[in-house]
Amino acid sequence: MATKKTFVITRFDPDKDEVPKTQSYEIECQDDWKVLDAINFIKDEVDSSISHRWSCRMAVCGSCGMMVDGEPKLTCKTALSSYGDTVEIEPLANFPIVKDLVVELEGFMDKFQRVKPWIISAKDEAAKKAATTMKEGTNRQSSEELLEFKQFSMCINCMLCYSACPVVSNEPDFLGPAAIALGHRYNMDNRDDGAAERNEIFRDEGTVFSCSYANECSEVCPKGVDPAAAVNQAKFNAVIDWATGFVVERGGAK
Amino acid sequence: MVEVFRHDVIIVGGGGAGLRAAIAVAEADPSLSCAVVSKVYPMRSHTVSAEGGTAAVARDDDSLEMHGFDTVKGSDFLGDQDVIQYFVEQAPKELSQLERWGCPFSRNEDGTVATRAFGGMTTKRTWYAADKIGFHMLHTLFQTSMQFDSVVRYDEHFVTKLLVDGDQVRGVVALDIRTGNIKLILARAVIVTTGGGGKIFPFTTNGMIKTGDGMALAYRAGVPLKDMEFVQYHPTGLPGTGILITEATRGEGGHLKNSQDERFLVDYDYGVGNKAELGPRDMISRAIVQEIRAGRGIAGTYGQYVHLDLTHLGKEKLESRLPFVLELSRTYVGVDPVTERIPIRPVVHYMMGGIDTDITAGTQMPGLYAAGETACGSINGANRLGSNSLTECLVFGARAGEEAVQFIKGTDEGNAAAIQAQGEEEAARIDSLRGRQKGGEKISQIRRELNTTMEDGCGVYRMQDSMAATVREVASLRGRVSDLKLEDTSKVFNTELIAALELVNMVDVAEAVANSAVQRKESRGAHTCEDFPTRDDENFLYHTLCYFDPAGPRIEKKDVTLGTWVPEERKY
Repeated sequence: MATKKTFVITRFDPDKDEVPKTQSYEIECQDDWKVLDAINFIKDEVDSSISHRWSCRMAVCGSCGMMVDGEPKLTCKTALSSYGDTVEIEPLANFPIVKDLVVELEGFMDKFQRVKPWIISAKDEAAKKAATTMKEGTNRQSSEELLEFKQFSMCINCMLCYSACPVVSNEPDFLGPAAIALGHRYNMDNRDDGAAERNEIFRDEGTVFSCSYANECSEVCPKGVDPAAAVNQAKFNAVIDWATGFVVERGGAK
Repeated sequence: MVEVFRHDVIIVGGGGAGLRAAIAVAEADPSLSCAVVSKVYPMRSHTVSAEGGTAAVARDDDSLEMHGFDTVKGSDFLGDQDVIQYFVEQAPKELSQLERWGCPFSRNEDGTVATRAFGGMTTKRTWYAADKIGFHMLHTLFQTSMQFDSVVRYDEHFVTKLLVDGDQVRGVVALDIRTGNIKLILARAVIVTTGGGGKIFPFTTNGMIKTGDGMALAYRAGVPLKDMEFVQYHPTGLPGTGILITEATRGEGGHLKNSQDERFLVDYDYGVGNKAELGPRDMISRAIVQEIRAGRGIAGTYGQYVHLDLTHLGKEKLESRLPFVLELSRTYVGVDPVTERIPIRPVVHYMMGGIDTDITAGTQMPGLYAAGETACGSINGANRLGSNSLTECLVFGARAGEEAVQFIKGTDEGNAAAIQAQGEEEAARIDSLRGRQKGGEKISQIRRELNTTMEDGCGVYRMQDSMAATVREVASLRGRVSDLKLEDTSKVFNTELIAALELVNMVDVAEAVANSAVQRKESRGAHTCEDFPTRDDENFLYHTLCYFDPAGPRIEKKDVTLGTWVPEERKY
């Protein structure tokens, strides 16, 4: 079964346009299409000058986030059937537009790197590096210890949370939900010893306290990461860390 | 004027192999500048979508020898045994290191890394992170790479050409997608890690970006592609989209069933013996096609399929071990695997072939290295075992990085004027393609025709005449792809221009696949020729090398390195 729908798509070429405009496309849509399928159809068959990002079409590469009828959505995971005859497609809010549906990610990439998203630890590294077997070469981690951070390691960097966040739009320096969740993910990993460094970043330059508990980020997250929980836990830990001068112990043993 | 940038090592591609190579270069010598040039932000790379796990010996009941033999047998004896031995030795070290870099592997009760069963593997040696190992591996590597100041990223830069002077690679030409400007990025060594090219087929697990770019770059620069006829069909893809449902579903005990509710891998003889659902991918994909041919498939909107039944595994196990499978099935086919069977059919997944490399990840061109799916070392031979490919990215990504660091110590930067001239010429070519109004061919139409002919000639089962027809069709498409009509004249983020460049790469890769396939008159691994149904070691135990030639590809043969294991009939 096919249904006719009209897509109102944001168009913007910085070399020609002062401000973004829109262009409408009416196409036949298959009932099992995701929103991305319609955009790809238009790109392939109707107007090849539209620019958008996508790749995996299975909700894991994080490329295809866009505003669909005003809400940030991962378009490859969003069923078209739940929308009406006219669907508005815009680039993700709270990001500068590069072209059409493509937004600027450099600011996010800087924030991402600022939280030091890698294991900061020197525990027996030399001995483990020299080992030739799994048992000698790896850390022990219980399933409970894994659960402390696992959820926050599931972020696909799709940026929907930045589009939804009321603070991001007002405070450009705010690290934002995904970056804080990522830093917090490493802080909660029993293999890591970098919490003090990251908490300092959270407290000082990262303005982690700007978060206003709106919870919008967790509501739009397509992967159930719950960045709002991460931000609030990170805030708490950063304060305790500052107040007591040492890092809060995690649930599990080191 | 093109801008010129200089580094010591360039890595083309920012997926598992590329990022591992970058870290290897940074760790070997932090004073070396290492550029990672990728057409997407690295975390978008297709490594992200691997699901089931990554293989290395971990348990007491396992051995390097067993992993080696399983891999050789899985390859239908076409894998090079010296390379496979190196691979299985390095595998536990590389995966242990990935664990120390923070990869959230699933765990045993004692806190060690958990392993699961996988197809063609004798014991549980597949390390996993629920069913998202590729995602976690990629993000762990990307995040780990960020601590090295010597790694310089060129995100969203599309490499269009390898710069070669004096038969040696000197750098790359890259289109900055963001600005539309052409950059000459120069270095004394280049590592190609751009993955496979599944998008030359219509029905594939591969993401949109998998257009065989690195293979095409090397091919056009005169470096041969090896064993390109071997294309892996994964047995379990979702009809319609081709989205991968991991082999871990069978590793955890899932069953394949036909329309009669029979476990056909048990009830009929498909050569997999008591391995049943844990047979190798080539055999199981053939079995599914045979079931459908025998009229025991189930009809659906997107053709015939069979069932993957996980309902007996229970909700708790599915939620803890296979949560992504639940999400994908519910989202993309509206099926809940807890209570319903998943429709699946074989789907193009992986290219065993690639840029001809040796045990050092080196190619025939000095200074040029390749690793990951782009490369063919060959550990995978005629059929890759599931969960070997991610490990391969790490083992040979690392090796490529280390070798490149050694190589650049003893070489110069080549003739600057000649390299610059090549770059200017390439820039002019790209500029003339952008918004090219005078052409007559449409990108989506050529792509569709290419897809159709590749499936017709180079599918699960192949025939001499259909392969020959595909060879002719691809040759005709090569002519037509030089006459594309493009609409988008904009410089900034012109994805139509990228699609046009990718399409040319796809035609190159398809040409190598079809021409390599038609000359192999036997059946081995994933290359199943109905006219020649048996393996013929006397005449075809060789690697196929396919060289680019403007007059049409040239095929040569390369010896397979045998060793401990003598080729025998492949039965499970």
